[in-house]
Amino acid sequence: MDDQQNNNPAAGIEEDRFLSRREFFIKLGSSSLAVAGAGAAVFAVQYLSPNVLYEPSPIVSAGRPEHFPTNSVTLDPRFGIYVVHGPKGFYAMSSICTHLGCMTVWRQDSGVIACPCHGSTFRQDGTVIGGPAPRPLPWLKTWLGSDGEIMVDRSTTIAAESEYIQA
Amino acid sequence: MRNPIHSLTRWRDEFKEIFAARVRERQLGFRQSWYLGAFTLGCFSIQIVTGLLLMLYYHPSIPQAYFDMKDLQFVVSSGVFLRNLHRWSAHAMVFLVFAHMAKVFYRGAYRPPRELNWVVGVCLLLLTLLASYTGYLLPWDQLSYWGTTVGSSIISSTPFIGEKLRFILLGGHSVNANALLRFYVLHVVILPLVIILLVATHLWRLHKDGGMYINHENHTDKS
Repeated sequence: MDDQQNNNPAAGIEEDRFLSRREFFIKLGSSSLAVAGAGAAVFAVQYLSPNVLYEPSPIVSAGRPEHFPTNSVTLDPRFGIYVVHGPKGFYAMSSICTHLGCMTVWRQDSGVIACPCHGSTFRQDGTVIGGPAPRPLPWLKTWLGSDGEIMVDRSTTIAAESEYIQA
Repeated sequence: MRNPIHSLTRWRDEFKEIFAARVRERQLGFRQSWYLGAFTLGCFSIQIVTGLLLMLYYHPSIPQAYFDMKDLQFVVSSGVFLRNLHRWSAHAMVFLVFAHMAKVFYRGAYRPPRELNWVVGVCLLLLTLLASYTGYLLPWDQLSYWGTTVGSSIISSTPFIGEKLRFILLGGHSVNANALLRFYVLHVVILPLVIILLVATHLWRLHKDGGMYINHENHTDKS
């Protein structure tokens, strides 16, 4: 029976055990190409990722505390941050909308932070009121510098309402 | 000695071989395809010519890019004409490439043996959108800056590798000088080259697959 012969496991193994020279070199060649391709992909990703960036420092000085009156929200568009002087003290938030990265603005008349791109709105503690923003505006690491200025590290976020600075 | 006019005629005939060896008159009619693919190719040719000319006055650096764009509008002779031609032809190309795809889809012209050419066409649609998107940043004005900020934020929502992808595309953490240069290289070299290669493939498949699709079942259809 043909079926029985084809299903004979020993015959299949016997055939697999021997590679012809041509098959061996085809396998060797294609695996070398695969290794070289993977290496080239790694090389490309590394080359395309700059190691040195000439970007502004994430740590900025927002100014002296007395420039921010009590119960005020101040946008600093140079750095993309808010400095808020609330009843518990000073804190800083990113002003970059968590939806798609536009710069939000503080609307004094309605008391909300609003994004001009797609209409997200936030409270002055960063929580979302409405619109497509998926997350609240992140709070940023803030401290008083040696010269008494408010320092903000834009690359370090902290939990909301976890730290205030008093001045 | 060969007649030069004869050579030119031969040369013209060679170009006719974009079409299949046997072409029905009906295949070349306007109502079959509305010539949408040909119009798209025409727009692309305008993009190449006007783009090459715009490159002579444009420096992909900050803030020079913005001033060069303003110079093209107000100082360079015919600069505003070339810039607007580039811009409107780009808009038209995006519209036409969609219309071409819709026409092919609703006529069923994507069916075998043309399925590979449909896939090539979808790649060309994506490349057209990418060329549009990369060109949008180059004027370096408020609209292009924030448009690219939003677009690159969309890229960063790719699962797992989104932030890395955005970093590699922009060459940094925000839209800056590296991003402008990378978008420029993509816009003037890489994307046009790939588009030209795929358009060649598209036309070659059109030839091999028997030219423009006609619906044999509705042979007497007057529409």
